[in-house]
Amino acid sequence: MAFAGRVALVLALAVCAYGITAALYGGRKGRRDWVDSGRRSVYCLAAILTVAMVILEIAFIRNDFSYNTVANTSSTTTPLLYRAAAMWSSQEGSLLLWVWLLSVWASVATFITRNRLRDIVPYATSVLLGFGAFFTTLLVFFDSPFAQTHPAPVQGAGLDPLLRNPSMLIHPPMLYSGYTFFTIPFAFAVGALVVRRVDADWIRVTRRFALASWLFLGIGIVLGARWSYYELGWGGYWGWDPVENAALMPWLISTAFLHSVMIQEKRGMLKIWNASLVLAASTLAIVGTFLVRSGVLNSIHAFGASTLGIPFVALIAAMTGGSIYLVVSRREVLRSEHALDSLFSREAAFLLNNVVLVGLCFVVFWGTFFPLISKAVTGTSAAVGPPWFDRYTVPLALILVLLSGIGPAIAWRRATLANARRNFRLPLAAAALMVVAAYTVVPISSSIGVVALFSAAAFVCASVSQEFWRGWRARRATSNDSPPVALASMVRRNRRRYGGYIVHIGIAVLFVGVAASSTFQHEQTLSLRVGQSTRVGAYTMKYMRATGSVVTDPNHTGATMTLGAVLRVTRGGHYVGTLRPGAGYYPAAQIVPGLVVASLISGDAVDQIGLQSSWRRDLWAAIKPLGATLPANGTQLPEERLVNLADGTISPKLPATQQLQTAFVELGLIVAHYVKFPPAASFTLIASPLVMWIWIGGLIVFLGGLTAIWPAPSALRSRLRARYLARVAQELGRA
Amino acid sequence: MTALIAALLIGALLGFVLWALSAPFRGRGSAVQPGDSDVRRALESAKGSKYSEIRDNETDYRTGKLSDEDYRALDRQLRAEAVEILRAIDELDTSNPAPSD
Amino acid sequence: MTPPRKRQVRLVVSLTLAVLLASGLIYTSFSAASPALTPSQLLRQGKAGTDIQLTGTVVSHSVVDRSGGAVDFELADRTGGGPAVEVDYSGSVPPTFEAGRELIVTGELKGRTFVAQPSSMVTKCPSKYSAAPSTT
Repeated sequence: MAFAGRVALVLALAVCAYGITAALYGGRKGRRDWVDSGRRSVYCLAAILTVAMVILEIAFIRNDFSYNTVANTSSTTTPLLYRAAAMWSSQEGSLLLWVWLLSVWASVATFITRNRLRDIVPYATSVLLGFGAFFTTLLVFFDSPFAQTHPAPVQGAGLDPLLRNPSMLIHPPMLYSGYTFFTIPFAFAVGALVVRRVDADWIRVTRRFALASWLFLGIGIVLGARWSYYELGWGGYWGWDPVENAALMPWLISTAFLHSVMIQEKRGMLKIWNASLVLAASTLAIVGTFLVRSGVLNSIHAFGASTLGIPFVALIAAMTGGSIYLVVSRREVLRSEHALDSLFSREAAFLLNNVVLVGLCFVVFWGTFFPLISKAVTGTSAAVGPPWFDRYTVPLALILVLLSGIGPAIAWRRATLANARRNFRLPLAAAALMVVAAYTVVPISSSIGVVALFSAAAFVCASVSQEFWRGWRARRATSNDSPPVALASMVRRNRRRYGGYIVHIGIAVLFVGVAASSTFQHEQTLSLRVGQSTRVGAYTMKYMRATGSVVTDPNHTGATMTLGAVLRVTRGGHYVGTLRPGAGYYPAAQIVPGLVVASLISGDAVDQIGLQSSWRRDLWAAIKPLGATLPANGTQLPEERLVNLADGTISPKLPATQQLQTAFVELGLIVAHYVKFPPAASFTLIASPLVMWIWIGGLIVFLGGLTAIWPAPSALRSRLRARYLARVAQELGRA
Repeated sequence: MTALIAALLIGALLGFVLWALSAPFRGRGSAVQPGDSDVRRALESAKGSKYSEIRDNETDYRTGKLSDEDYRALDRQLRAEAVEILRAIDELDTSNPAPSD
Repeated sequence: MTPPRKRQVRLVVSLTLAVLLASGLIYTSFSAASPALTPSQLLRQGKAGTDIQLTGTVVSHSVVDRSGGAVDFELADRTGGGPAVEVDYSGSVPPTFEAGRELIVTGELKGRTFVAQPSSMVTKCPSKYSAAPSTT
């Protein structure tokens, strides 16, 4: 079966090569049948890769350890759902997932454009198949997921427990969907520039795809931050780590594109900007994919040097060089139709928006690649830390939030003092009110940055609400709809506009959460004995008692032993909540005969965060029951911490199953002893305000994006068409 | 047994690919230039987006982002462009009655 | 000023501004950055008194818990076989910390010991993206 998988990959590569040739030939010669054959290659690619994915997934589910990738990342003790997800935890598996997603999205794009953009489609198809060819080449010649070892090992290495949580299931496919989706606007941008056609039709198609990429990538970023906060033991959600930045950069650039393309649509301006932005966003997406797996930068993700560094660098160089060439050689087509009338106009605000977003991206890019840059310049590799990033991104982010409130309200072409008064009176009042509140009611006045952000957020919410109100009022004036129907139909008739406004509110809310939680957080790491308590901000946390269990892990993730604590949280003497942090101990890869108990718990440990979230604040706790050190390689037996028992009571001469049974009984005794006589445990305790607003803001952004991307119902369209047809025909008759 | 399934699978994939992609070689499918139906579809979609623009323009005006004169000038221009598109569609209909989509 | 001239002026002004800001950014990054060194590099050329980002692998049998959640360990080069640096660390410790794990920690060199900034430890994600099959 693995052979069939290998054949499928070779076939996929052949189909890509054929498709590129057919599409290009058909495009140059004007032969529809060849172009169609090229387009069908995209569908074939998706079909073939689906077969390959299915073969690989079946191998994972069936625990076929003859496949190297299954043996390296899965085991019989890994739960079914995580076995299926283990497929993309390795390089070869993740590459297959990447190219499969690419083929699926490319098929969708090919289907959607089956009757449009006929001159662009041949080139767009070739570009998409070109990406397919690149990745299938890697899979066929460099790192095959179907490599096998015979005889097959009996047991696999197992999925690392840190990856055994629901976010791990979603995070890579979601991020990859975002990254791969960027190839589509790239392909259509290249195609359009090649045939020198950058018109309304191209804008419509490209923008939809760019919006989908933006949405997927945004969800991936927020989910990644959430995973970091809920699963990793440091209590943060963003560390300016290279892999986080790698996803952020294309997202920033595509945000700029989505806004800037509106100006091109309305006024035929900023065409060079837009072509450059969409090409840059996609190139950065490939850079992001490369960063995560290359080992080139010091990051939480990079692990060892990969042999794929050079092909990826070549691809990125080709994309960058090709993009620059196309934009420069087609600059005549990209001439602006109009000029900027005034610096106080919507056009200018959008232009400033572009500049700020590109600036932000530059800061992130510079900081991320600085180790390489400094190595090239000074010979020593040096790194900048989060404080450096924060210093430059925070003011830029503040300007961005302000712009997101100015943009919806400012007039086109030339904002006069009169309409500025009309449009900005309410938002400015809201901002001023927030500043007053900051110094009286809301306790944030100690940080001027937070006050500025909170008032900017108030500004945005007021501005957007004003837009909704005015649009709704206008709708009611021209139709007989009841109030709620008017609101719904108003949004439905202009999903992009109102979806975008909802996104602005979501971003403002998200930044409010980020600002408050990063500035006013209280954190402590200390060791506590049972009965001791400590102050974290305004809260008192008391270590009440220890907990422990064997095998029946409530999170069903396969931990052999879980040790935890019960913390009682009070504020000003009043009970606020209970936190139950824990640590799950997993078995080592191999059970060492004679050291069975230690082997059962000396694999990786995972934090089970004790968390209580509310609107106002999060209470977060992590515990290290056995101190920082974990027994590794059977060198330091955990029970030496708990009781003075050696593992020698289990004779290696006993049959394996009996050894295991006895070991579990011993482990049960050890855990019971731990619960009765708990040693001092190390705790990390955090009280952080408004964290929940970050996730709520993310959700609002998602809903706004979904609204914007939702296709208009065709029934509505034809009804409107009929009405407008009548009106236009009337005037035709009059003229 | 698995070897047989694998062989069948490979055969099926190969057959499918050959069938799907060999149309130009077999002389099937049109080798002609984009026909009138494509032109009509392009015009229809241009008409749809022109109407969106007219509506959007009106919304901008009603929510205070366009001055009276800017709105009226833009509205006139957009409607004129819409009329042109309708004329082009009419011309297409009279010269060769298009099949219903 | 004619419109095209106005545009030219605007373009020049904004580009100049951009270049100035970028230069400021670039300049401060060199002074704000801390060298990223491996343990062998640190012992060879590490300067006391400056912040350094140290990357290496935790040496087996070298981990010692201290009171209050602090931990001391030795860090060696990932490639192995080099000299090891004694690290004094306090603050939150990621759960994946153990002997044999690769990690990044920021701090200062004091004598022959590397004193880490509290909670600056980042352990590497166990997701394996290397071409050669490996077991951790």
